[in-house]
Amino acid sequence: MTGSADKCLSLRRIGAMALRYLYLLRSSGPRLLELFYWPTVQLVLWGFITQFFMTNSTWVAQASGVLLAAVLLWDVMFRGQLGVSLAFTEEMYSRNLGHLFVSPLRPYELVTALLLISLVRTLIGISAAAVLAIPLYNYSIFELGLPLLTFFFNLIVMGWAIGLIVAAVVLRYGLGAESLAWIAIFAVAPVSGIYYPISVLPGWLQPVAWLLPSAYVFEGMRAIMFDSLVRLDLMAKAAALNAIYLGMGVAVFLYSFRVARERGTLLHVGE
Amino acid sequence: MNVPVIEVRALTKRYGEVPAIRDVDFTVSRGSTCALLGGNGAGKTTTLAMLLGLLVPTAGCIRVFGEDMSRHRYRVLGRMNFSSPYVDLPQRLTVAENLTVYGHLYGVQGVRKRIRMLGDELDLNEFMRRPYRSLSAGQRTRVSLAKALLNEPELLLLDEPTASLDPDTADRVRSYLMDYQQRRQATVFFASHNMPEVERVCDDVIMLRQGRVVDRGTPATLIAHYGRRNLEEVFLDIARDTDVEPAHRQAVQ
Repeated sequence: MTGSADKCLSLRRIGAMALRYLYLLRSSGPRLLELFYWPTVQLVLWGFITQFFMTNSTWVAQASGVLLAAVLLWDVMFRGQLGVSLAFTEEMYSRNLGHLFVSPLRPYELVTALLLISLVRTLIGISAAAVLAIPLYNYSIFELGLPLLTFFFNLIVMGWAIGLIVAAVVLRYGLGAESLAWIAIFAVAPVSGIYYPISVLPGWLQPVAWLLPSAYVFEGMRAIMFDSLVRLDLMAKAAALNAIYLGMGVAVFLYSFRVARERGTLLHVGE
Repeated sequence: MNVPVIEVRALTKRYGEVPAIRDVDFTVSRGSTCALLGGNGAGKTTTLAMLLGLLVPTAGCIRVFGEDMSRHRYRVLGRMNFSSPYVDLPQRLTVAENLTVYGHLYGVQGVRKRIRMLGDELDLNEFMRRPYRSLSAGQRTRVSLAKALLNEPELLLLDEPTASLDPDTADRVRSYLMDYQQRRQATVFFASHNMPEVERVCDDVIMLRQGRVVDRGTPATLIAHYGRRNLEEVFLDIARDTDVEPAHRQAVQ
């Protein structure tokens, strides 16, 4: 009747969890709407700001889409993190962890499924806003070309790393810590150089910024838009840092899972 | 050699300085139906959680199907399953969606066919397309049981399997479980407060008090041992720490 239960990594189990999150998404109109809502509102807001700056800022006038590209890319990171954190808190809300982890599901398979569903959610939300920018503001982020892919993946991976750490904290401290899912990523926003170059930051803060993959991505984005330069060196540094941060995120989550098994919270965790 | 399905040795669980389970030993043989009884806080759920691998023991060893649960639990999790009215399934998913997800998690071949079969057997079809959150407590218990039977487990761990069920449904569920156990030669291990149920379905009872095993035997043996009329009275003796000797002597006489 059953098979593959003792496989160390099962695509079927990962697929089962991804299916669980897709069912959840499908079951709720407001959840689907929420995916589009915030990226679209952000886009509309920054579109008008761009229009204003086009006649009042020589910096923005040099590359009209710089703020729109920035807001869309920032949302990739934010959506990536939310996708992981919120999907995990769903398990806690539904008090389902006890059933999940008496099945052959491995914690790292759950992590993989969380990353997958985060990718799907982010693509749905951001694609809609990116396409909408074309008729609304005559700006297409797709003009960034192939580097857009490296920006996207570097930012979503950083979002995943933060999302996994948030999930670990929620698993450790319970749903009282769930608001972290909505605010954690904003701690890195000021030093990511989303809307301004890292050189604007005070000297003592710049080394902190360069510890973040996002800083390299947004600098890389501006290099293309202002100087038509594809800075592969920046992307390589971002990818290297992301490998470390994602590894840390997974490790922290797995550690938190281990602690939950020692404390017995998997069976009773909930609201 | 008949390897016990469950083998527990010197099992201890402490939360900080507070002991929940103290030096517990027992084995459960293949094909038996064993109940773990005890008052609130006796350690039933803690023991179940450790058997399932959800909780790491402080000391001692658990073997299921001969495998050490602390090191090789994934070798056996696919051969066992669990149901509890106190652990929910995803609320927004329909019953069919929930069972589909768990069917895939357990690697069930022919998931749809298996779900249809369980739907018929446990009378779930009328609410198969409804979200889990909209079900009554009794309906949820049946769905949880269906989830636990998806992979036709050789070892079924149940926490109060008929809680929230009306007497008629509870009786049908009990009959179904007994039939399943005999058909599959499965081992059923459950925690319950329903003494008539335990008397009816179990051939082995482990009594827990304050984290220790205080007695064990068939329901009939225990009733005779304590000189009582039924298991409920035995349970009360144990839960209230009544001196059993006079009753025992009377029974022997």
